[in-house]
Amino acid sequence: MPPLLQALGPSADACRSPQPVPVSPLAIQGLTKVFRPGGRLVQALDAVTFDLSPGVVTGLIGPDGAGKTTLMRIAAGLLVPDAGSVSVLGLDAVVEPLSIQSQIGYMPQRFGLYEDLSVRENLDLYADLQGVAASLRQERYDRLMEMTGLGAFMGRLAGRLSGGMKQKLGLACTLLDPPRLLLLDEPTVGVDPVSRRELWSIVYRLVEEEGMSVLLSTAYLDEAERCVQVVLLHQGRLVDQGPPRQFSEPMRGKTFCVRIEPGKRRALQAQLSRQPGVLDAVLQGDGIRVVLDAQSDERPPEAAMADWRPVDPRFEDGFVALLGSGRRRGELPRLRAKSASSGDAIEVTDLRRRFGDFLAVKRSTFSVRSGEVFGLLGANGAGKTTTFRMLCGLLPVSSGRVRVAGVDLRHAAAEARGRIGYMSQKFSLYANLTVRQNLDFFARAYGLRGREAKGRIQWALDAFGLGDFGATESGTLPLGFKQRLAMAAALMHEPDILFLDEPTSGVDPLARRELWDRINVLAEGGVTVLVTTHFMEEAEYCDRLAIMASGEILALGTPTAIKARAAREGQPEPTMEQAFIDLIRHLEPV
Amino acid sequence: MARLVSRRLVGLLRKESLQILRDPSSIAIAFVLPVVLLLLFGYGVSLDSKHVPVGIVVEQSSSEAGSFLGAFQQSVYFEPRFYATRQAGREALRRHQVKGFLVLPADFAQRLKADRNAPIQVIVNGVDANSARLLEGYVQGVWTSWLERELQARQIQVARPVEPETRIWFNAELASRNYLVPGLLVVNMTLVGALLTALVFAREWERGTLEALMVTPVTLGEILIGKLLPYFVLGMGGMVLSVLMALFLFGVPMRGSFWVLAVCSTLFLLAALGMGLLISIVTRNQFVAGMIAIVATFLPAFLLSGFLFDIGSMPVVVQVITHIVAARYFVTILQSLFLAGDIWSLVLPNAVALLLMAAFFLGLSRLLLRKRLE
Repeated sequence: MPPLLQALGPSADACRSPQPVPVSPLAIQGLTKVFRPGGRLVQALDAVTFDLSPGVVTGLIGPDGAGKTTLMRIAAGLLVPDAGSVSVLGLDAVVEPLSIQSQIGYMPQRFGLYEDLSVRENLDLYADLQGVAASLRQERYDRLMEMTGLGAFMGRLAGRLSGGMKQKLGLACTLLDPPRLLLLDEPTVGVDPVSRRELWSIVYRLVEEEGMSVLLSTAYLDEAERCVQVVLLHQGRLVDQGPPRQFSEPMRGKTFCVRIEPGKRRALQAQLSRQPGVLDAVLQGDGIRVVLDAQSDERPPEAAMADWRPVDPRFEDGFVALLGSGRRRGELPRLRAKSASSGDAIEVTDLRRRFGDFLAVKRSTFSVRSGEVFGLLGANGAGKTTTFRMLCGLLPVSSGRVRVAGVDLRHAAAEARGRIGYMSQKFSLYANLTVRQNLDFFARAYGLRGREAKGRIQWALDAFGLGDFGATESGTLPLGFKQRLAMAAALMHEPDILFLDEPTSGVDPLARRELWDRINVLAEGGVTVLVTTHFMEEAEYCDRLAIMASGEILALGTPTAIKARAAREGQPEPTMEQAFIDLIRHLEPV
Repeated sequence: MARLVSRRLVGLLRKESLQILRDPSSIAIAFVLPVVLLLLFGYGVSLDSKHVPVGIVVEQSSSEAGSFLGAFQQSVYFEPRFYATRQAGREALRRHQVKGFLVLPADFAQRLKADRNAPIQVIVNGVDANSARLLEGYVQGVWTSWLERELQARQIQVARPVEPETRIWFNAELASRNYLVPGLLVVNMTLVGALLTALVFAREWERGTLEALMVTPVTLGEILIGKLLPYFVLGMGGMVLSVLMALFLFGVPMRGSFWVLAVCSTLFLLAALGMGLLISIVTRNQFVAGMIAIVATFLPAFLLSGFLFDIGSMPVVVQVITHIVAARYFVTILQSLFLAGDIWSLVLPNAVALLLMAAFFLGLSRLLLRKRLE
């Protein structure tokens, strides 16, 4: 560039033809953002710096509270940073949000669809707003409908679409005027694996055929491996940036699968995860997946007798290696069922639940043995929570038989409720009470008083590592601690059966491991645990599980058995996700 | 570019109209709410007392007493009940069987003949001051007119130094309904206008659709007009319905011109809708917005607009506060248009005040609506 032009600065730049040099579609420098909800400070982003590579899919990875949504919103011109700069397609996001907004596509977490408008009306609205010429519309609609497979549903109200279809329509609405940069905020959360896969293939096509640059945020670590580049955020800070292999490759040779007879796997897993030199040990079907420390090469002595073979490292292993150093290693205190019994803890026969003309649960039949960890796996809207609420006696059944702890729920719901603990999705804590006050309340609610109540509250503070937070308002606790407190509250009365409804949704992988460690300890102590989840790998932690979709149980059995059913040529060792996808394809032969 | 702008706005307007048509709640607010409220209050609230139960104690009957009571019984305002003694009358008053009672003393006929006048005793329950005053006035009226007739019948000339001849202007029948119904109409439309728009932004915030809208190249002016216009049409529909009800159901006269009514209604509705928009933008929560819309519009419009309680007799501080109640200006305009005509000295300043209020609320809404999520 001649010196004169340089001296003229940005105004001279503006006169030039649009793309002389390839600018990064999104360049972020020292980005900092602080929120002040209710007087306390939350550092959402702390001096984050990175450049987005053009023409590829970049994953913005991190657990809830990492700052992903804040970053997306700042890039879309919806929030103003406290410090740092954001340049989107060469434009400053603070100064020129409107011209940025006319060139990018942004899909917020809740898709932004008008549920009382039809698919076509939603498309028309966004085409109008993005200024798509009428002559170009039909061609664009056809192409997007072909991509998303929504062509047959043009007249249907958006509110009547399934979760996966809504997500695809939301995506189509942002693509009407082909954007150069596409920002997708957690597009795959809570959606079934088939829809997730379809969404990914649409994103790949966009990158390939239309040359888009995509920034996609997700809390699912396995999705990192689908990205060309990964930006890893944790608690508002940038941990690292690079191709996903850069995170997993250093772990090569450190990852193993240990096979052991089914009865001993929990004990061995607990033992292994306390070993120095072991970074991570999680259940995986019949085996235990172990990640060793970079320094230690030796196998822990306990595993010597077990079948021990190396496996490929995953992105998650790198994540744990990067962030898991501060993890607690002490032995978790014993948690024991008050009146552990043998036989079936829960028996469900022909269970149905109807809401108006909608069948939320269709003829479920299953039983859970005492001391078992039983999982319900499914996407949002599969009927998991409805089933749970019926088992806890919170929702009357439409038809069918439910026996919980040997009691028929239709006749003695109150008696059954005294023997179960329930932790709901939203944790059901009183945000403006302190930790101790919450525990005190739940102890009283379960009829404990005097010395007994005191003892249980002390137990809860100790066993869940909440001792230092006794006087802290529970609303201000980090998510992981809220989850611990909620679990402690559900265990105040030493129930025989514990229901956990999506306990790990949005919690980071480290806190998730800790929760599962506790679940394992409970199971060892004879407590029956029922858990719902939409994380495929968590299904592996269960003794048995039921896969649910649109109110139906598609498969029931041990993780290994369910996976084995999906084995076929070209897919000799299917993952849980592949098994799930096969099952859903059977259900809806589209 | 000009074409582009209009296309975005057209898109928003079409979206909003479709939503209105599919969600019956806005249509119910615009049409059902004013009808129900107008029927309820139009028939329920009346400042006229009719068929008031009144106790009458005649200590000694006479032809004069009988004639007086006859006049009483003919009046539509009273429903006389007879008691033998003052004691019984007092008891009836205490039990709320009558609102008051009058006593024709034993020497009624005698004194009437002798002095051409006779004292009668009227005892009124003063708990409800308004009814008490009305009752007192009505009794006085019946008494005076009867006395006059009685004396005339006997050819007795009564000397009267001053003879007031009262003429009532604008509401000759003195039917309180004629001036209450316009006031009610204002109160209702304040509520309807604010409620219509109070929910719309809050709803989009709650459903997360505003976030997606904000990231399109749409301008804030377009978003605001896209919300305002459809609900303006809806609110005007409710307004027309209310005016028709006032004219044909309640028989309120219309002495002003319709175009002035239309212009002033437009200004008023813009102010009410603007207030709702402002509430919606600030609260971002449908429930809170709904509560605030009711408390901030309905109550002040009822109490401080001057339709029920005279502003002139309020304490100065409260009088000052009434100036920020849009309903106050529209009440004055409507009462003038319905009962008197196009009184420009009244209509113009109040219309200007409405214009200023509409500009204030809409301007503030535009100012507070940001294309930011903070």
